[in-house]
Amino acid sequence: MKTVRLLLWLPLIAFLIVLGLVSSGLIKPHSTTIQSQMIGRPLPAFTLPSGRAGEAPLTSTGFADDKPRLVNIFASWCVPCLAEAPELMVLKREGIRIEGIAIRDRTEDLAAFLQRNGDPYERIGRDDTGAVQIALGSSGVPESFVVDGKGIIRAQHIGEIRPEDMAGLIAAVQGAR
Amino acid sequence: MRASPLLIAALIAVPAVLRADPVMAPDPLSYTQLADPAQEARAQALMQTIRCVVCQGQSIADSDADLAASMRAIVREKTAAGETPDAIRAWMVARYGRWVNYRPAVEPVTWPLWGAPLALIGIGALLARRVLKRRGRA
Repeated sequence: MKTVRLLLWLPLIAFLIVLGLVSSGLIKPHSTTIQSQMIGRPLPAFTLPSGRAGEAPLTSTGFADDKPRLVNIFASWCVPCLAEAPELMVLKREGIRIEGIAIRDRTEDLAAFLQRNGDPYERIGRDDTGAVQIALGSSGVPESFVVDGKGIIRAQHIGEIRPEDMAGLIAAVQGAR
Repeated sequence: MRASPLLIAALIAVPAVLRADPVMAPDPLSYTQLADPAQEARAQALMQTIRCVVCQGQSIADSDADLAASMRAIVREKTAAGETPDAIRAWMVARYGRWVNYRPAVEPVTWPLWGAPLALIGIGALLARRVLKRRGRA
């Protein structure tokens, strides 16, 4: 008899568990941004043709020269990339080396984009298939990776760089020696 | 409600940069099957179980996102190069984390996920047995 009475409470307990699950989902929704798992690992090997006519390709081996960098994944067709363009120019003026990886972009579109919004990039590699973007664990444009002087990925910034992100990013790049 | 022809014309005339989509043709392997049917079958089966990181409720086999197309091309390239499905999956997980598994693997972290239905069926069976026994006696 006693077990039956205990069993009567089971539906209520089950309901409370479900209620807890649902409300926790409401209070703290599941995050839909996918962090790259490549932080702390070396850049994947790549050689990308330059996005600027007549320049040398962007290669992963060129990153191990003791200079920390910001690798900016962008595209001329990407609207938030327009929004972060002024911030990238400020970073450049602050002495941050920025390398660009342009996703599925054409050299002529890139040239027009850079002329309109400024060109903060040391070099630009054209990732025409998105293969390097995937190898980096990036899931969209724009994204930026802090790469240290040994070519190790140190941090990832997802989405456009906003004025409030600047101090943290500058510190992250300068600290990545 | 009728949209004015002027508005429609204005929408059509939106410059390319505001349409926010790349104009490049996708990698051929994104939409073309591998020549070897056995390899293509293996690649297809794997694509069904890898999550698109853009349209996160779809597998890369179902998603039309550009990134999913690139991920399909990578799966096909690696399959054609002789890599096993497990190795290709591990490559994806090493980049995007465990959540990229569209069909969760059975591992300690997902035991509750796979075990809960079995546990619930077990509890249900026990309850049913008790109730039926009591009815049988009455």
